[in-house]
Amino acid sequence: MTPIPLFIDCAQQALPSIECLREMLRRMLRIRLFEECASKLMKESHIVGFLHNSIGQEAEIVGSCMALNDDDYMTGNHRSHGHPIGKGVSLAPLMAELLGREEGVCCGKGGSMHLAAFAAGSLGESGIVGSLMPVAVGAGLSARLRGTRQVCVCFFGDGAANCGPFHESLNLAAIWQLPVIFLCENNGYAIRSAQRQTTAVKDIAARAAAYEMPGVIVDGQDVLSVYDAVCRAVSRAREGAGPTLIEAKTYRYCEHLESPGEAPVFHYRSKAEVDVWRRRDPIELFIGALRARELLTEQEIRGVRLTTEAEVAAAAEFALSSRRPAPQALFEGVFTRPVHKEAASDGTSQLP
Amino acid sequence: MAHLSYLEAARRAVLAEMRADPRVFLMGQDLQTLSYADVLEEFGAERIRNTPISEAAFIGAGIGAALTGMRPIVEMACSTFLYSAMDQIANQAAKSRYMFGGQASVPLVIRATVLYAAAAAAHHSDRPWGIFAQVPGLKIVAPSSPYDVKGLLTAALRDEDPVIVFEDYTLFGERGEVPDEDYVLPIGEAALRRHGTDLTIAALAGAVPRGLSAATLLESEGFSIEVIDLRTVVPLDRALVIESVTRTGRLIAVDTAPGTCSIASELAATVAQEADHALKAPVLRVTAPDVPVPFSPDLEHLLYPTAESIAAAARQLMRYERRHYSSAVVSPPVANLSSRL
Repeated sequence: MTPIPLFIDCAQQALPSIECLREMLRRMLRIRLFEECASKLMKESHIVGFLHNSIGQEAEIVGSCMALNDDDYMTGNHRSHGHPIGKGVSLAPLMAELLGREEGVCCGKGGSMHLAAFAAGSLGESGIVGSLMPVAVGAGLSARLRGTRQVCVCFFGDGAANCGPFHESLNLAAIWQLPVIFLCENNGYAIRSAQRQTTAVKDIAARAAAYEMPGVIVDGQDVLSVYDAVCRAVSRAREGAGPTLIEAKTYRYCEHLESPGEAPVFHYRSKAEVDVWRRRDPIELFIGALRARELLTEQEIRGVRLTTEAEVAAAAEFALSSRRPAPQALFEGVFTRPVHKEAASDGTSQLP
Repeated sequence: MAHLSYLEAARRAVLAEMRADPRVFLMGQDLQTLSYADVLEEFGAERIRNTPISEAAFIGAGIGAALTGMRPIVEMACSTFLYSAMDQIANQAAKSRYMFGGQASVPLVIRATVLYAAAAAAHHSDRPWGIFAQVPGLKIVAPSSPYDVKGLLTAALRDEDPVIVFEDYTLFGERGEVPDEDYVLPIGEAALRRHGTDLTIAALAGAVPRGLSAATLLESEGFSIEVIDLRTVVPLDRALVIESVTRTGRLIAVDTAPGTCSIASELAATVAQEADHALKAPVLRVTAPDVPVPFSPDLEHLLYPTAESIAAAARQLMRYERRHYSSAVVSPPVANLSSRL
């Protein structure tokens, strides 16, 4: 059997610039504080529906996004508040979207599971597990056909790795050698089922061998390891050498989802297990490394935290005071140009 | 002007658009070795792409390419294969524009052969336009002639939104005059194929020639029949049907698909809602019954509307007196077959 190529040794990597390190910290904190704020807004009944928070997974998100250019693409999943934040999208329209407001990034029509910011390369997120993996392949194909050097990072979870589209997408990207990075955010659980119960392999990255592409395992709590692995996969993709599957081993502290009302109690993981992972908190680990290597001063770290807190507070304020969508917005945007022929039965006459 | 088959007319639309717009490219099975072998050198293997049998992947890839500036065409040898990619079509292609607040469009064309009446059995014989018409965000056309397929496919290729072009296998043998020059038939406009004063037959795709044959039969019996070719399923040209029924007072809606939630049902509901005042008789639907397609041709041929079953329904309506009316669906050749299941 051909050994699966794995590279997890980051000791040789050159450190990114101080500016890049500061930005990594800023974006990880943005995700953490944005989601904490969203949870609070849900408890206060300002946000309805569902929130799938990614707290605990910030390093793999930011490490991946920081390896991309502004015009590179990415696709998300249902646990995806962090992905556009990681790509640099400003917080206010994202928060307004969680509140279903007109000034939300999707005009209030997408909500928590369907954020998108096309101007930043974020091609959308999906409530269906594995669903956007073929779309990411198409973005890579498009970059190739248009002759650009863009790549697409496809974020998906360990649950998606058991879906048909995972296998179909890896195969298609491999036979066409497309510039796609499949980034598996393996947090160990598909909803509330442990990976060992649902998945025939211990490492999702092992499945790369079936499609003759590199399979890489990284410590998903170490932003620098993720950044390094994604940088390598990106340059490989830009050179026309094809896709890479990267598995970031990570963890979510919170439940699969939050919804309004009393939180139910589930018996699928122990507090001890959560505590073990909390001791390897990606933000604390990164701050520890920055301190130990004297890359950022205490004052700089505190400064990043304070400005991020202010940013999140401003985003919440913007969202809470932003306009609610007008009733006619219900009918806008189904098609690029309005279809007048449908007027007789599209229900517009029933508007209040 | 050329005398072309239905399929050749469709192919000409694709080739013309590929020559005019470098963003247009093709994906599907065996395209390089079969339907586009003769133009592979002209366009190259990058634009005429053979895919694995992996519908979710290549339809999804079409969506991703469409979202990022390309205009992909996906070709499906059989419309039932669309089900393997239902999530991509119903959740991603149809909803992306709306769900993301209009940030991007999905100019994707899916050409799907609607194979039936071909002894192809249940997995290769559906007429699934009604299934997809339940998904807001998709446009759906089903042309019935070589002229129409070129014009509607060209319109689909220039549309900013996802369009499924259902190409009816029973029409593949049709030949007709097709202009060499570029033209577009607007998506959403039905065509009046025959003027009449007593009754309107509204039909889709392969049902259109059967409706026209029924009209000829009925003419010899002294009835004046109007025939509408719907051409587009979404958006449906309700206005033309309502206008016609307002004049004739009678409607038979014909669809080769099963009757429940069919296009015929939608027309019946539309007319009941919008033109009830003009109706001299209830609306009749002539459709397939709600059964899977059997293999045996002895059984399969019983399924679909025929000129005779449409004409029989028309005679029933012309004789109609309101107190005697009982059936709402006529499934040829036996009325109310579906109600006995």
